Amino acid sequence: MAVTVVFIGKMADLAGQGEREVAGPLEWVDLAEVLGEDLAAALGKDRTKIAVNGTVLADKRSLRAQDGDEVALLPPVSGG
Amino acid sequence: MVRDVQLLEKGFSPGKALGLFAKDHPLSGGIASFVGKVRPDGDVKVLELVSYERLTLPGMETLADTVEGRWPLDGLLIHHRTGYLRPGAAIVLVAAAARHRRDAFEAVDFAMDHLKSRSWFWKREKRSDGWHWIEPREQDHEDASRWDI
Repeated sequence: MAVTVVFIGKMADLAGQGEREVAGPLEWVDLAEVLGEDLAAALGKDRTKIAVNGTVLADKRSLRAQDGDEVALLPPVSGG
Repeated sequence: MVRDVQLLEKGFSPGKALGLFAKDHPLSGGIASFVGKVRPDGDVKVLELVSYERLTLPGMETLADTVEGRWPLDGLLIHHRTGYLRPGAAIVLVAAAARHRRDAFEAVDFAMDHLKSRSWFWKREKRSDGWHWIEPREQDHEDASRWDI
Protein backbone atom coordinates (compact mmCIF):
# COMPACT_ATOMS: atom_id res chain seq x y z
CA MET A 1 0.00 0.00 0.00
CA ALA A 2 1.06 3.54 -0.70
CA VAL A 3 -0.38 6.98 -1.38
CA THR A 4 -1.36 7.43 -5.04
CA VAL A 5 -0.62 10.94 -6.27
CA VAL A 6 -2.61 11.88 -9.39
CA PHE A 7 -1.26 14.72 -11.53
CA ILE A 8 -3.91 16.60 -13.47
CA GLY A 9 -3.35 18.82 -16.50
CA LYS A 10 -0.29 21.04 -16.22
CA MET A 11 0.81 19.11 -13.12
CA ALA A 12 1.16 15.95 -15.25
CA ASP A 13 3.47 17.89 -17.61
CA LEU A 14 5.62 18.98 -14.67
CA ALA A 15 5.66 15.46 -13.20
CA GLY A 16 6.28 13.78 -16.54
CA GLN A 17 3.62 11.21 -15.66
CA GLY A 18 -0.08 10.91 -14.79
CA GLU A 19 0.31 9.36 -11.36
CA ARG A 20 2.89 8.09 -8.92
CA GLU A 21 2.87 5.95 -5.80
CA VAL A 22 4.67 7.41 -2.82
CA ALA A 23 5.12 6.13 0.71
CA GLY A 24 2.58 7.38 3.26
CA PRO A 25 1.89 9.32 5.30
CA LEU A 26 2.13 12.32 3.00
CA GLU A 27 1.81 15.85 4.35
CA TRP A 28 2.06 19.35 2.85
CA VAL A 29 5.56 19.87 4.22
CA ASP A 30 6.74 16.67 2.49
CA LEU A 31 5.62 17.66 -1.00
CA ALA A 32 8.70 19.59 -2.14
CA GLU A 33 10.99 16.75 -1.13
CA VAL A 34 8.77 14.00 -2.55
CA LEU A 35 7.62 15.71 -5.76
CA GLY A 36 10.37 18.21 -6.51
CA GLU A 37 10.58 21.99 -6.40
CA ASP A 38 8.75 22.67 -9.69
CA LEU A 39 5.60 20.85 -8.58
CA ALA A 40 5.81 22.30 -5.08
CA ALA A 41 6.01 25.82 -6.56
CA ALA A 42 2.98 25.15 -8.77
CA LEU A 43 1.10 23.80 -5.74
CA GLY A 44 1.80 27.00 -3.84
CA LYS A 45 -0.31 29.08 -6.24
CA ASP A 46 -3.72 30.25 -4.99
CA ARG A 47 -5.88 28.57 -7.59
CA THR A 48 -4.08 25.24 -7.33
CA LYS A 49 -5.93 22.83 -5.08
CA ILE A 50 -5.54 19.36 -3.60
CA ALA A 51 -8.19 16.66 -3.29
CA VAL A 52 -7.96 13.53 -1.16
CA ASN A 53 -10.20 10.65 -2.24
CA GLY A 54 -12.41 13.01 -4.26
CA THR A 55 -12.82 15.65 -1.55
CA VAL A 56 -11.17 19.01 -2.18
CA LEU A 57 -9.28 20.31 0.86
CA ALA A 58 -10.47 23.72 2.05
CA ASP A 59 -6.90 24.30 3.22
CA LYS A 60 -4.41 22.36 1.11
CA ARG A 61 -1.75 22.86 3.76
CA SER A 62 -3.76 20.55 6.02
CA LEU A 63 -2.94 17.63 3.69
CA ARG A 64 -2.46 14.41 5.64
CA ALA A 65 -2.77 11.35 3.39
CA GLN A 66 -2.33 7.76 4.50
CA ASP A 67 -1.48 4.60 2.58
CA GLY A 68 -4.41 3.74 0.29
CA ASP A 69 -5.45 7.38 -0.20
CA GLU A 70 -5.61 9.05 -3.62
CA VAL A 71 -4.21 12.58 -3.64
CA ALA A 72 -5.03 14.66 -6.73
CA LEU A 73 -3.08 17.82 -7.58
CA LEU A 74 -5.49 20.21 -9.30
CA PRO A 75 -4.22 23.20 -11.29
CA PRO A 76 -6.53 26.15 -12.16
CA VAL A 77 -9.68 24.89 -13.85
CA SER A 78 -11.03 25.93 -17.24
CA GLY A 79 -14.12 24.48 -18.89
CA GLY A 80 -16.98 25.33 -21.20
CA MET B 1 -37.85 18.66 -11.99
CA VAL B 2 -36.20 16.49 -14.65
CA ARG B 3 -32.43 16.50 -14.64
CA ASP B 4 -30.06 15.28 -17.35
CA VAL B 5 -26.37 15.71 -16.47
CA GLN B 6 -23.79 13.99 -18.66
CA LEU B 7 -20.05 13.95 -19.18
CA LEU B 8 -19.57 12.94 -22.81
CA GLU B 9 -16.50 11.26 -24.26
CA LYS B 10 -17.62 11.48 -27.88
CA GLY B 11 -18.99 14.19 -30.17
CA PHE B 12 -22.67 15.03 -29.77
CA SER B 13 -25.38 16.98 -31.52
CA PRO B 14 -26.61 19.88 -29.36
CA GLY B 15 -29.56 20.35 -31.72
CA LYS B 16 -30.73 16.79 -31.27
CA ALA B 17 -30.29 16.87 -27.48
CA LEU B 18 -32.15 20.19 -27.28
CA GLY B 19 -34.97 18.83 -29.44
CA LEU B 20 -35.43 15.87 -27.11
CA PHE B 21 -35.27 18.16 -24.07
CA ALA B 22 -37.99 20.40 -25.54
CA LYS B 23 -40.12 17.35 -26.30
CA ASP B 24 -39.78 16.25 -22.65
CA HIS B 25 -41.10 19.61 -21.43
CA PRO B 26 -44.24 20.37 -23.43
CA LEU B 27 -45.82 22.27 -20.55
CA SER B 28 -42.95 24.64 -19.80
CA GLY B 29 -43.52 28.24 -20.76
CA GLY B 30 -39.98 28.67 -21.99
CA ILE B 31 -36.69 26.95 -22.67
CA ALA B 32 -33.35 28.76 -22.69
CA SER B 33 -30.18 27.13 -23.92
CA PHE B 34 -26.51 27.78 -24.59
CA VAL B 35 -24.12 25.88 -26.86
CA GLY B 36 -20.38 26.39 -26.44
CA LYS B 37 -18.08 25.40 -29.30
CA VAL B 38 -14.38 25.22 -30.04
CA ARG B 39 -13.78 28.63 -31.63
CA PRO B 40 -12.73 28.05 -35.24
CA ASP B 41 -10.20 30.89 -35.39
CA GLY B 42 -6.49 31.39 -34.76
CA ASP B 43 -4.31 28.42 -35.34
CA VAL B 44 -5.92 26.08 -32.83
CA LYS B 45 -5.86 22.61 -34.33
CA VAL B 46 -7.19 20.53 -31.43
CA LEU B 47 -8.67 21.29 -28.02
CA GLU B 48 -8.35 18.79 -25.20
CA LEU B 49 -10.69 18.84 -22.21
CA VAL B 50 -9.34 16.89 -19.26
CA SER B 51 -11.63 15.62 -16.52
CA TYR B 52 -10.97 13.81 -13.23
CA GLU B 53 -13.33 10.97 -12.53
CA ARG B 54 -13.61 11.55 -8.79
CA LEU B 55 -14.55 15.23 -9.15
CA THR B 56 -15.82 16.23 -12.57
CA LEU B 57 -19.16 14.46 -12.90
CA PRO B 58 -19.93 14.64 -9.15
CA GLY B 59 -19.19 18.39 -9.40
CA MET B 60 -21.59 18.75 -12.33
CA GLU B 61 -24.31 17.07 -10.23
CA THR B 62 -23.59 19.46 -7.35
CA LEU B 63 -23.83 22.37 -9.79
CA ALA B 64 -27.22 21.05 -10.94
CA ASP B 65 -28.33 20.87 -7.26
CA THR B 66 -27.32 24.51 -6.82
CA VAL B 67 -29.14 25.63 -9.98
CA GLU B 68 -32.30 23.79 -8.93
CA GLY B 69 -32.09 25.39 -5.50
CA ARG B 70 -31.83 28.92 -6.92
CA TRP B 71 -34.41 28.89 -9.72
CA PRO B 72 -37.79 27.18 -10.06
CA LEU B 73 -37.24 24.98 -13.12
CA ASP B 74 -39.19 22.20 -14.80
CA GLY B 75 -36.05 20.70 -16.29
CA LEU B 76 -32.30 21.15 -16.46
CA LEU B 77 -29.82 19.68 -18.93
CA ILE B 78 -26.02 19.92 -18.69
CA HIS B 79 -23.93 18.03 -21.24
CA HIS B 80 -20.17 18.66 -21.30
CA ARG B 81 -17.49 17.04 -23.44
CA THR B 82 -14.21 15.56 -22.36
CA GLY B 83 -11.39 14.37 -24.63
CA TYR B 84 -10.11 15.76 -27.92
CA LEU B 85 -12.20 18.21 -29.97
CA ARG B 86 -11.76 19.83 -33.37
CA PRO B 87 -12.54 23.50 -34.13
CA GLY B 88 -16.27 23.95 -34.54
CA ALA B 89 -17.13 20.97 -32.32
CA ALA B 90 -19.61 21.42 -29.48
CA ILE B 91 -18.07 21.49 -26.00
CA VAL B 92 -21.10 22.14 -23.86
CA LEU B 93 -24.88 22.35 -23.96
CA VAL B 94 -26.88 23.78 -21.06
CA ALA B 95 -30.65 24.06 -21.24
CA ALA B 96 -33.28 25.04 -18.69
CA ALA B 97 -37.04 24.69 -18.97
CA ALA B 98 -39.17 26.90 -16.74
CA ARG B 99 -42.59 28.41 -16.36
CA HIS B 100 -41.16 31.89 -16.91
CA ARG B 101 -38.31 32.98 -19.17
CA ARG B 102 -36.23 34.93 -16.64
CA ASP B 103 -35.65 31.81 -14.51
CA ALA B 104 -34.58 29.82 -17.58
CA PHE B 105 -32.18 32.54 -18.84
CA GLU B 106 -30.57 33.07 -15.44
CA ALA B 107 -30.22 29.35 -14.69
CA VAL B 108 -28.34 28.80 -17.97
CA ASP B 109 -26.20 31.93 -17.49
CA PHE B 110 -25.25 30.84 -13.97
CA ALA B 111 -24.46 27.25 -14.99
CA MET B 112 -22.24 28.44 -17.85
CA ASP B 113 -20.32 30.87 -15.63
CA HIS B 114 -19.73 28.02 -13.20
CA LEU B 115 -18.62 25.62 -15.94
CA LYS B 116 -16.16 28.15 -17.39
CA SER B 117 -14.17 28.85 -14.25
CA ARG B 118 -15.47 26.89 -11.24
CA SER B 119 -16.00 23.33 -12.47
CA TRP B 120 -13.51 20.45 -12.60
CA PHE B 121 -12.26 20.71 -16.16
CA TRP B 122 -8.86 21.52 -17.58
CA LYS B 123 -8.35 22.72 -21.11
CA ARG B 124 -5.40 22.88 -23.47
CA GLU B 125 -5.02 23.82 -27.13
CA LYS B 126 -2.70 22.45 -29.74
CA ARG B 127 -1.31 25.23 -31.94
CA SER B 128 1.41 25.11 -34.57
CA ASP B 129 4.02 25.57 -31.81
CA GLY B 130 2.63 22.82 -29.55
CA TRP B 131 0.24 22.39 -26.62
CA HIS B 132 -0.78 25.28 -24.34
CA TRP B 133 -2.82 25.02 -21.11
CA ILE B 134 -5.66 27.53 -21.03
CA GLU B 135 -6.73 29.33 -17.87
CA PRO B 136 -9.94 31.34 -17.53
CA ARG B 137 -9.75 35.00 -18.54
CA GLU B 138 -10.20 37.64 -15.85
CA GLN B 139 -13.61 38.28 -17.42
CA ASP B 140 -14.60 34.65 -16.71
CA HIS B 141 -13.78 35.09 -13.02
CA GLU B 142 -15.71 38.37 -12.92
CA ASP B 143 -18.68 36.67 -14.59
CA ALA B 144 -18.66 33.93 -11.95
CA SER B 145 -18.30 36.39 -9.07
CA ARG B 146 -21.60 38.03 -10.08
CA TRP B 147 -23.30 35.00 -8.51
CA ASP B 148 -21.18 34.81 -5.35
CA ILE B 149 -19.43 31.67 -6.53
